[in-house]
Amino acid sequence: MSQTEDLTESERPDGAEETPSIPPMPNRAKDVLLQLLRTRRVIIGLVLIALLAALAFLGPVISQWGIGERDFTARLEGISPDHWFGTNHTGQDIFTQSTAGLQKSLLIGLLVALGSTVIAALVGSFAGYFGGITDRVLMWVADLALVLPSFVILAILSTHFVGQGGWLILVILLAAFSWMVTSKMVRGLTISLREREYIHAARFMGVPPHKIILRHILPNMSSLLIADATIMVSTAIIGETALSYFGLGVQPPDVSLGVVIANGAPYATTAPWVFLFPTVLLVVLVLAVNMIGDGLRDALDPHSKSRRS
Amino acid sequence: MSIDTAEATENTTDEPTSEVPVLEVTDLNVTFQGLGGNPDVHAVRGVSYAVHRGEVLGIVGESGSGKSVSSMAAMGLLPDHAVITGSVRLHGEEILGKKDKEMARKRGKVISMVFQDPLSGLTPVYTVGDQLAEAVLVHDPKAGKDKARARAIELLSLVGIPRPEERYRSFPHEFSGGMRQRVMIAMAMANDPDVIICDEPTTALDVTIQAQILDLLRTAQRETGAAIVMITHDLGVVAGFVDRLLVMYAGRPVEIGDVDEIYYKSRMPYTMGLLGAVPRMDQERQGALVPIKGNPPSLSALPPGCPFAPRCPIAQPECELAEPELLTIGGQPSAERIRELAVAHEDASAGAREKDPEERIHDTGVRRAACIRSGEIDTNDWTARDIYPVPEIPEVEASSQAREDRAEMLRVDDLIKHHPLMKGAVFKRRVGTVYAVDGVGFDIREGETLALVGESGCGKSSTLMEIMGLEKPQRGTIEVMGKSTATLGKRDRFALRRDMQIVFQDPMSSLDPRMPVFDIIAEPLRAHDVPAAEVVERVYELIRLVGLNTEHATRFPSEFSGGQRQRIGIARALALEPKLLVLDEPVSALDVSIQAGVVNLLEELQAKLGLAYLFVAHDLSVVRHIADRVAVMYLGKIVEIGDTTSIYTRPAHPYTQALLSAIPIPDPEKERARTHIVLDGDLPSPANPPSGCRFRTRCQKFITLSESEQERCVSNEPTIQPTNGGDQGTACHYAERLTVS
Repeated sequence: MSQTEDLTESERPDGAEETPSIPPMPNRAKDVLLQLLRTRRVIIGLVLIALLAALAFLGPVISQWGIGERDFTARLEGISPDHWFGTNHTGQDIFTQSTAGLQKSLLIGLLVALGSTVIAALVGSFAGYFGGITDRVLMWVADLALVLPSFVILAILSTHFVGQGGWLILVILLAAFSWMVTSKMVRGLTISLREREYIHAARFMGVPPHKIILRHILPNMSSLLIADATIMVSTAIIGETALSYFGLGVQPPDVSLGVVIANGAPYATTAPWVFLFPTVLLVVLVLAVNMIGDGLRDALDPHSKSRRS
Repeated sequence: MSIDTAEATENTTDEPTSEVPVLEVTDLNVTFQGLGGNPDVHAVRGVSYAVHRGEVLGIVGESGSGKSVSSMAAMGLLPDHAVITGSVRLHGEEILGKKDKEMARKRGKVISMVFQDPLSGLTPVYTVGDQLAEAVLVHDPKAGKDKARARAIELLSLVGIPRPEERYRSFPHEFSGGMRQRVMIAMAMANDPDVIICDEPTTALDVTIQAQILDLLRTAQRETGAAIVMITHDLGVVAGFVDRLLVMYAGRPVEIGDVDEIYYKSRMPYTMGLLGAVPRMDQERQGALVPIKGNPPSLSALPPGCPFAPRCPIAQPECELAEPELLTIGGQPSAERIRELAVAHEDASAGAREKDPEERIHDTGVRRAACIRSGEIDTNDWTARDIYPVPEIPEVEASSQAREDRAEMLRVDDLIKHHPLMKGAVFKRRVGTVYAVDGVGFDIREGETLALVGESGCGKSSTLMEIMGLEKPQRGTIEVMGKSTATLGKRDRFALRRDMQIVFQDPMSSLDPRMPVFDIIAEPLRAHDVPAAEVVERVYELIRLVGLNTEHATRFPSEFSGGQRQRIGIARALALEPKLLVLDEPVSALDVSIQAGVVNLLEELQAKLGLAYLFVAHDLSVVRHIADRVAVMYLGKIVEIGDTTSIYTRPAHPYTQALLSAIPIPDPEKERARTHIVLDGDLPSPANPPSGCRFRTRCQKFITLSESEQERCVSNEPTIQPTNGGDQGTACHYAERLTVS
């Protein structure tokens, strides 16, 4: 093509100047980070998360009430200078309870989401990419995890949730029982991506399989994974709530947002503050995570620039 | 058959020029309004044409030139948000702006359409016959079911479906692509329409099937006497088929006239470039193709002047002032006049528009071009080679040596690839075998190009995948640079990958959409542990080598056009300095003008770097242009192999002869004089190949043989035997070197 000629010819002079000073190796991670920080949604999300974290760790400290402490003079009372968010029927301060609960829920929600999505992505993509015996073994494990009565297992193990680090075991178990469905979706997508020509190309140039999966397959389904992780945050918090309702989740003296919401639920209409404040915290948390997830998805997807108007 | 048609059309076109045209499109404009702040897309701008009874009008243009949209607008099939102005008259009756219900009565009865994709054109849950009968019943509800059924069967036999009574009850998935397209044509013919619009009817089909379909369309035209509007990007298809030709570019008609005038005396630089960019199957040494630089403009941000000016080799400053009108040769205003008009008032074109709308807008059958220098081109009688800079491509160094003395890059012997056909969910049992590749053997020497050609499903791609996999084949041997893949260790295999790389067909899916160009080209280097500093240097070197700019490195594949993406793919394949490049249909997804650039680049790279190519293609014209040797595949076997000149001038195998004969040549006179060998039926299933010679079921020679001779074809499988004492070898018992027109 004459263009080839023209270009190579015309490029030569400045190309020669450029050759010594050719440092502009594009840095993908930096680009993505910069773009993330330029997106307003992400900034708002990050600020919200930071505020929530600050609230969760400072709240119980600045509150004049201890966690679980009861004010027998004020039971089921509304907002007052003593009790900023009111009290519940046993006289516990909602502000203290909610912020202390937020501490655990924040950790549980984020860690479970991260853990379960990572497991799902790895299991699904390896099963889908290799196929054959790997696929069958991994999917057999996934099916097994699906049919196991997770609730019963959690109930049996719940005695271990007491004390220091007990909630961590809860996080691991919650993650271990929530990755299966996503992993099946990831597997399906991997099977269709595996036949793409750029995967063939990578294979033919000698890129090892685990690198192909991490570099080509997983980034190409990042939208799915990010959406899954953001949904997982709220699912994990609510799942923990369900367990706590039966006394199987976070064990006293620890509290979680789920416990507080569950306790307040019966009073939602008569004494709304008992229910409202912890719920608002949960909603804000999920909203913030969603905003960051959205921004991350757009930053990773080169197509989204044209779609977002 | 082609001669008959030519006569038939001549007879009909002579008289009715004074009549009202069957379909007249005048000053048609289609705009898709941009949503959410996006600019409007001007898909069609000022298209006018008229088709008379029995006339065939061709509309050619590259993808995105608005040729399909303009015909969809004529059919009233565009979505509601498309803004359509101008006029479309069917037998003098304005149909633009008619209600969908009224249009539905016309569609199929007066005007009908054959779509590009036969796979999605039929409803999968109804039988083919019922769908045809429905097409009849919709316009004639009183006919009754039995009559409609009879008509459907009649139509099926008319379009050459064997055993139409039985096939009436078949579902679309039981038909091959070519047969489905036949059904679509039958449906279009069902109510004897006056105009049939064919939107790329053969693009999705193989060449031998394309020849069948083109033949059928000629028959359909003769049977119904309908006018045909043939939309295509393939200049070969239209050459022998149409009477008049309309060339479109960026939504505008840029040249219109008789097919001979346009092919031999094109007066618009774009058309000239397009014709020069087509590789010719009928020419021995064509030299470098004429490339058109750059890409078509975006339809939402058109330049103020001639849309082709940025790519035009003879553009003048005046070209950028106003868009040239479609006027007769020599009827264009002079350069001074254009400057005056542009100075006099801003909307010079609007002023000119009011001057004489009759002459300007209507298609009067006179040959016209939209270029202010068309008169100049006409007086000097320029051709594409005079106005376009044709790149010099140096000769391959190794070609001076004898072929036997050169190093062997790849040798494949008796390679097979069989896929088992399994049945059952839990206990899988083998119910058959797909003989995808069944005993293929060839070799490639240094600096040489071997082309593997054949129709889809013949096992070309399976052969490639087997070679690229570098695994031990099921049977036979693959030797790369003298090393057999059967004995390779993991480390050796990895090292060998440096020496052979692949370029894929689809430039969209062969590049990871999530990776910037830099990382894509750097990937093979990083995989082979090249130090980071060298990677950076090499990537920029490669980017320049394939004719891209350094600033392209940070962009993503979606921001490039098809041709540029293919260049990125080539750069990636070249990163490790391979000695053998495997090209899997590298240009078949590209437009002609872009394709020429990529073909030239490949030739140039081969000469510069001494590469050997294994070039897989179904387009025999491109193959003739680029290949030194050709291997023709049919149903998993090579039926003929030899040097390009021998194969193309004196093919010995009946399949090669048919294949070469089926390809239309972009030369109207030659094309009309040719008699195509049209093969019957479709490619047999590779799971159940015929006994003996695999080609015998479709062979044009087999039928002419006596019974005893036929016996040999049925029971004995022919092997490749040298036919001219030299390089050419043919797998046919009755090989005979023939010159195919």
